[in-house]
Amino acid sequence: MTITEKILAAHSGSKEVFPGQFIEANVDLILANDITGPLAIEQFNKAGANKVFDPGKIVLVPDHFTPCKDIKSAEMVRLLRNFSKRHGVRFYEIGKVGIEHALLPEEGLIHAGDLVIGADSHTCTYGAIGAFSTGVGSTDVAFAMITGKIWLKVPSTIKFIYKGRCGRYVGGKDIILYTIGKIGVDGARYMAMEFTGEAIEDLSMDDRLTICNMAIEAGGKNGIIAPDRITEEFLVSVASEKGIFYKSDKDAKYENIIEIDVGTIEPQVSAPHLPSNAKDVREFSNVRIDQVVIGSCTNGRISDLRKAAMIAKGRTVHPEVRTIIIPATQKVYQQALKEGLIDVFVESGCVISPPTCGPCLGGHMGVLGKGEVAIATTNRNFIGRMGHPESMVYLSNPEVAMASAIMGRISHPDEVKHGY
Amino acid sequence: MVIKGKVWKFGDHINTDDIIAARYLNTTDIKELASHCMETIFPDFSRKIEKGDIIVAGENFGCGSSREHAPLAIKGCGISVVIAKSFARIFFRNAINIGLPIIETPFTEQISQGDILEIDFDTGTMVNLTRGETGTFMKYPDFLQQIIESGGLMSWVKEKHIR
Repeated sequence: MTITEKILAAHSGSKEVFPGQFIEANVDLILANDITGPLAIEQFNKAGANKVFDPGKIVLVPDHFTPCKDIKSAEMVRLLRNFSKRHGVRFYEIGKVGIEHALLPEEGLIHAGDLVIGADSHTCTYGAIGAFSTGVGSTDVAFAMITGKIWLKVPSTIKFIYKGRCGRYVGGKDIILYTIGKIGVDGARYMAMEFTGEAIEDLSMDDRLTICNMAIEAGGKNGIIAPDRITEEFLVSVASEKGIFYKSDKDAKYENIIEIDVGTIEPQVSAPHLPSNAKDVREFSNVRIDQVVIGSCTNGRISDLRKAAMIAKGRTVHPEVRTIIIPATQKVYQQALKEGLIDVFVESGCVISPPTCGPCLGGHMGVLGKGEVAIATTNRNFIGRMGHPESMVYLSNPEVAMASAIMGRISHPDEVKHGY
Repeated sequence: MVIKGKVWKFGDHINTDDIIAARYLNTTDIKELASHCMETIFPDFSRKIEKGDIIVAGENFGCGSSREHAPLAIKGCGISVVIAKSFARIFFRNAINIGLPIIETPFTEQISQGDILEIDFDTGTMVNLTRGETGTFMKYPDFLQQIIESGGLMSWVKEKHIR
């Protein structure tokens, strides 16, 4: 069996499961946010339920339209807050809250071998810690809050083998954009994406989280990386227990096996309006930009801010570019303060935002107007994703985004050396 | 169950931001969500369609976010069924869970904008009344059929878990 099949079997009381099989699995953690949570709570109430199955296994993270952008969003968060008080489930208030997929691992709520569901498509992020983790809908969350279970179709798996060493300014974001570019936005539809190989073993937990975060952009059900020494070190630093370290069997069956030499990958940029439009950054060097966003559940962690600050240090952003930095959690923000990164950003003319998904989904805190162009370290560049239907979003890693902020157009980090 | 309606044709990879833009997600009011359905790529869609009409699309319909507001907006504006070559997985499960009928079939290219379709879910047949063509589609596996027949996941959970 693959690692995904082993975790699903363990959670459905079976010795073995097979791709295509429908199972009812026990969940270890259920997540909802301020957009999807209210719908789940409505369904929960409508079903006549009066008790959650286990308050300790439910987390509500109001991170999308918070700090609340308007009265309607304040009402939605109020609903979550009240539900949390009534049922004793975890709720992260402003001051504690961070972007959900950065926050939950940091809080030690995810362990290897867990089965996690979340009413947010990027819940697949936690596969980086060796968990089976997948995005579901609000009704699924309501069902799981009542029963502790989820219905799932066991996915088949694509195995990706990454060979070689990443070049300069190439990291997890470039690997996943390149991969999505290769297989398309539905290249892994309904399937598990198992990321393996020496290049993955070399990567930090932050880079691994970035890769698994975007499995959904290839249509994947989950992304997963077998736990190793780096996973263990990470878990020891954040959680009271490590969980179970599963590994795919040598004779595990795969839908497909794809080999990629990361040594040949240049920093990637995905052009509007699909994440699969990934090409070398240098192919976009004539694209002028109005806004840069560095943050999100994809690239708002401390190592992302370090990479952006390395480029920004001693330089100023282009006068016609609005550069928004969003540390994904309070801990990330504090660490960035300690390391002097926030100073670097402010000195160079960036603005620092509280943790929020805000601009990534065109919600608030950096919405684009008609015809405006942004480069962002986020995960989606669909039509109108960051605001006006006639605005455009390019996706990249943090170094490319910051280099572009300085140059005023999409740029390779090497270009900033020459000034503008 | 038999459905008859006019076809509104869409392409591949219609994503959840196309179906309902995130800026409208500060509500769970289905009528309000429905009024913005497809707005980004098809202004005034919700006002142009009639109750019972049908969406026909290509590959990977509903890709992107997990927002259940997407199938709710489609259902809320009166669309009776979505037919596509393939569905993104979260949209697929959300549609099943909330009771929005969906059909996966490779034959969407033979259906055009404005065609009138008649669909019989009990027999799994689809008749294109405009072109005089008849086709069949696969029923869902038993497990999903049970959820659909209960009227969605929450009705199913009531039957099974809450008494």
